[in-house]
Amino acid sequence: MEIDPFIFRFSIFILSIFIGYYVVWSVTPSLHTPLMSVTNAISSVIIVGAIIAALAGKNENIFDSANIFGFLAIILAAINIFGGFLVTQRMLAMYKKKNKDKK
Amino acid sequence: MISANLLAVFYLISGVLFILALRGLSSPETSRQGNLFGIIGMAIAISVTIASVGNFSTGFLYLLILLLIGGSIGAFIAFKIPMTAMPELVAGFHSLVGLAAVFVAISAFLNPEIFNLGSPGSIKIASLIEMSLGASIGAITFTGSIVAFLKLRGIMPGSPITFFGQHYLNLILGLILVGLIFYLCKTQINIWFWIIIIISFLLGVLLIIPIGGADMPVVISMLNSYSGWAAAGIGFTLENTALIITGALVGSSGAILSYIMCKGMNRSFFNVILGGWGATDQSFSNKSQEQKPVKSGNADDAAFLMKNASSVIIVPGYGMAVAQAQHALREMVDALKKNGVKVTYAIHPVAGRMPGHMNVLLAEANVPYDEVFELEEINNDFANCDVAYVIGANDVTNPVAKSDPQSPIYGMPILDVEKSKSVLFVKRSLSPGYAGIDNDLFYRDNTLMLFSDAKKMTEDIIKSL
Repeated sequence: MEIDPFIFRFSIFILSIFIGYYVVWSVTPSLHTPLMSVTNAISSVIIVGAIIAALAGKNENIFDSANIFGFLAIILAAINIFGGFLVTQRMLAMYKKKNKDKK
Repeated sequence: MISANLLAVFYLISGVLFILALRGLSSPETSRQGNLFGIIGMAIAISVTIASVGNFSTGFLYLLILLLIGGSIGAFIAFKIPMTAMPELVAGFHSLVGLAAVFVAISAFLNPEIFNLGSPGSIKIASLIEMSLGASIGAITFTGSIVAFLKLRGIMPGSPITFFGQHYLNLILGLILVGLIFYLCKTQINIWFWIIIIISFLLGVLLIIPIGGADMPVVISMLNSYSGWAAAGIGFTLENTALIITGALVGSSGAILSYIMCKGMNRSFFNVILGGWGATDQSFSNKSQEQKPVKSGNADDAAFLMKNASSVIIVPGYGMAVAQAQHALREMVDALKKNGVKVTYAIHPVAGRMPGHMNVLLAEANVPYDEVFELEEINNDFANCDVAYVIGANDVTNPVAKSDPQSPIYGMPILDVEKSKSVLFVKRSLSPGYAGIDNDLFYRDNTLMLFSDAKKMTEDIIKSL
C-alpha cells in the first residue's frame, strides 16, 4: 500500500503550523508590526504559482486567459514582495538601543 | 529545466529561510538578519520556479517587466509611506495577497494541465477542493482587507455598520459556500466556481463592516491569518512545499496575534468578530452623565510637575498616532532627561490600530526600544512613579475595568495609571473613548487634564521646560 503524496504535504502543513506557533510566540511584542509586514511579504511566495500560470503552456499564445490571470497575480505579488520586505527593513532599521548595554 | 526533486529541495530551503526570518524577530538585534533570510528565501523560490518552467521566450520578458513594474510600485510605497499609516498599508498588502491567491486559483482552474491537475472539466477532486478553498479564502481576504483599509484610512466611517440578521446572513452565505464547493466537485461546471468567488467577495465585506475602529488590531491580525490560509490552500493545489510551509507560518502567526489582541481587551474572538462594542452597551454609557468636577491645567503646570518628578511614565495611545506627536514627545522626554528625570514608556497590547503600532512610532522618533515596556513588565512601576503622562490613550487606563463588573470593559487588563502620584491626561475633551464609557480617571484628585491636541500640548510643555 502506498501513501498518497497528499498525506506527506498535509504532514508538512501541520508541522509548519506548530513551528509557526512556537516561533511566533517567541517574537517580542514590540516587533509585532514588522512581524505582520514580513509575514505579508513571505506569503507573497504565491508568486511561484503565478509564474507557472503565466509562463507555462504553449508559447505562441501567452495571452490565453489563464496566462493573463497569472500575469496579473505576478504584479500583485511583486508589489507585495518588494513593498513588504522593504518596509520591514525600514522599520527594523529604526529600532535602536540606548548606548549602555542593558536588555 | 531542473528536476522536480531538486525543485522541491529548493522550495524546502526557501521555507526554512522563511522560518528563520520570523525567528529573527525574537529580538531587534537579530531581526534585520532575519529579514535578509526572508529576502534570500524569496529570491531562491522565484529563480528556481523560473528555471523550472524553462520558458525563456517572450513570456519571460513580460515576466521581468511585470516584476519590475510591481517591484517599483512596492518599493515606492515602502519608502514613501509615513509610519503612522502602517496599519492601512498592512491591510492594503493583505488585500493584494488575497487577490493574487484568487487569480492563481482561477488560472489553475482554467488551465489545470500546466499544474498537472487533470484537464478542464475533469480536474482531480482533491485539487478542486483545495483551489476553491484557496480562492474563497483569498477572496474573503481581499474584500475584507479593502474594507479594513477604507476604515483605517478614514474613507469609510470607523463605526460599526450593523443591520438586522447580519450574522445569520453571514452564516447562511458560509454554508452556501460549503455547499457550492461540494456541488462544484460533483458537476465540474465552471459557473459554480465563479459564483463561489463572487459570494466570497461579498462575505469578505459583510464580515468586516460590523467591526469598529478600535477593534482593528484584531481584524488586521485575522486578515493576516486568512491570507496565510489562502496561500496554503493554493500551495496544496500546486503541490508546492514553499507555499504550504509559508501559508501555515503566516496563518498561525496571524491567529496568535488575534489571540493576543483579544486577550488585551479581555474579549473572546467571536465577541469581536460579531460586532461593535459601543453599539451594544448604550445603556451603560449613559448612566453616569452628571457633571463631576475636573481639574484642568495648562502646559506650564504640566512642565512644572514633570520637571520636579523623579520618574515619569509615558502612556501613548492611538491619539498620539493621529496627532503625529511621537517626535514632539521624544523631544519632551529628552528635555526631561536633561533635568535628571527617569522616563520610561508603557504600552498596552491594544494601543493603536495594529499590534505593535506604538512601538514602531516610538522607534521612528528614535526612542531606544529598551526604554519601552509592555504592560506586564511595567504595571507595578506605576505605584512608585511620580507622574504618568497619558497621551492619546483612554480606555486602556480606565480603572473601571477593575472595579465595576457591569462595565463592558470589566476584566480588561489596564495600565494602572491611577496608582501614580499624579496623572497628566492629554485629551481634546472629556468625551468617552471608543468603548463609550466614561473614564473614572478624569475625576480623580491626582489627575490633571490637559485639554489640547496631543502634539500641540507636548510642544507647549517643551517650551515651558
